[in-house]
Amino acid sequence: MLKVEGLRKSFGTTEVLKGVDLEIPRSATVVLIGASGSGKTTLLRCLNYLETPSAGAIWLDGETVGGSFSGPGGAWVAVSEQAVARQRTRIGFVFQRFNLFPHLTALDNVAIGPHRVLKRPKAEAREIAAEALRSVHLADHSHKHPSELSGGQQQRVAIARSLAMQPKVILFDEPTSALDPELVHEVLDVMLELAADGMTMVVVTHEMRFAADVGTEVVFMSGGRVCEKGPPSILFNNPQQPETRQFLRFFQMGDANNAGSHHVR
Amino acid sequence: MDWTIIWLAIPKLASASIVTIEIALLAGTAEIALGILLGLLSLSQSRAVRSTVLAYVDVIRGTPLLVQIFFIYFVLPGFGLGLPEFWAGVTALALNGAAFISETVRGAVGSIEKGQMEAARSIGMRRSQALFWILLPQALRQIIPPVTNEVINLTKNTSLLSAISVFELTRAAQSLVSIYFAPLEIYALLALYYYAITKVLTALSHALETRLPKW
Repeated sequence: MLKVEGLRKSFGTTEVLKGVDLEIPRSATVVLIGASGSGKTTLLRCLNYLETPSAGAIWLDGETVGGSFSGPGGAWVAVSEQAVARQRTRIGFVFQRFNLFPHLTALDNVAIGPHRVLKRPKAEAREIAAEALRSVHLADHSHKHPSELSGGQQQRVAIARSLAMQPKVILFDEPTSALDPELVHEVLDVMLELAADGMTMVVVTHEMRFAADVGTEVVFMSGGRVCEKGPPSILFNNPQQPETRQFLRFFQMGDANNAGSHHVR
Repeated sequence: MDWTIIWLAIPKLASASIVTIEIALLAGTAEIALGILLGLLSLSQSRAVRSTVLAYVDVIRGTPLLVQIFFIYFVLPGFGLGLPEFWAGVTALALNGAAFISETVRGAVGSIEKGQMEAARSIGMRRSQALFWILLPQALRQIIPPVTNEVINLTKNTSLLSAISVFELTRAAQSLVSIYFAPLEIYALLALYYYAITKVLTALSHALETRLPKW
């Protein structure tokens, strides 16, 4: 469904992505792991066209995302702003630092997309938002502003904000990294429920427990490339590449119960 | 101090102050609307749009308001854009103030954390939608004090319109002085009228500020 081909991205003279190929099938939960600086977040941001690729292509259901290198001499040709916006409604993004809109209540944070972007009448947009907040177990907090919510609650509102657009895939950029440890599980539980409901997800995370339990495929990135990928049972228990082994040693996968505070129900 | 002249001038200046207040309200509303629009345009991704707005601001800031008023009242009619003095005055004041407000808006909206724009775009908003619905509301608290200041300046600057014979407060006072030859009494009274009007504006802005929702 989502396909990445030969993706490269440079910032100035630094090449962060050095040719990434990846395929994300429908209803998969693909977990990107790797050391910081390995290009995971940049890859994720390219998928949503928050960054313009330097080479390669991203396909969503057969349509290139953001644009393509089809100009004269292989120059980047961006699709119209309107078209990018439409594509982004199908690709949700959950940020590490939530990025909720502080001037809006939780309900309006979620409703503003359906209302202003999908042009639903306000009442209908609020119904959609209320339903999305219910699905992240925050129906009782819909009238609160982000500053009145805990980090875990804020991140769940952010997930609901994505869900309300009925995306085909949701990208998670280290969704629990900014949270106090005791709040991590409430966000991971919601993501687990999404995965169980068949949502397609790409998750950048350091929660190895989550990767092992929920991931349909784990992708280990190193130095801007996909170093190794496979089902979690294989990648975690029998990594082939020395870089993978070295990285996983940090997380002491032999002692997986301590790898994260997440308890899978 | 000639009190009979003061008693005589009070109602005459009061009726002229209505014209001043009218001009201030019309030009003030227009400068705020235009200033916000220009401020958002100066954050556009199009270099042409951005530099046009910045050039406009540059010209307005680099020339005296009185010259701008003369330009609109005396020069534009030569290009078929003649306006009666009242509307020429309103236009000049609004165009002038909008440049200053656009700088305030540009600074305040531009200072909103970049994650807000990214979040807005990630749910499919276009840049203009994100600026208007997400960034601008968050910048309002920061924008209101300098904008109030600008509206107060504009109100005081309405006195310059006496130079193109708009019969507002200052012009009315001048004609009273020429009739009764009592500059002390009449100009003191004139200053008091302006002072009262700007006091009311300041109070309104404080009320508005405290009423802004906190988050």
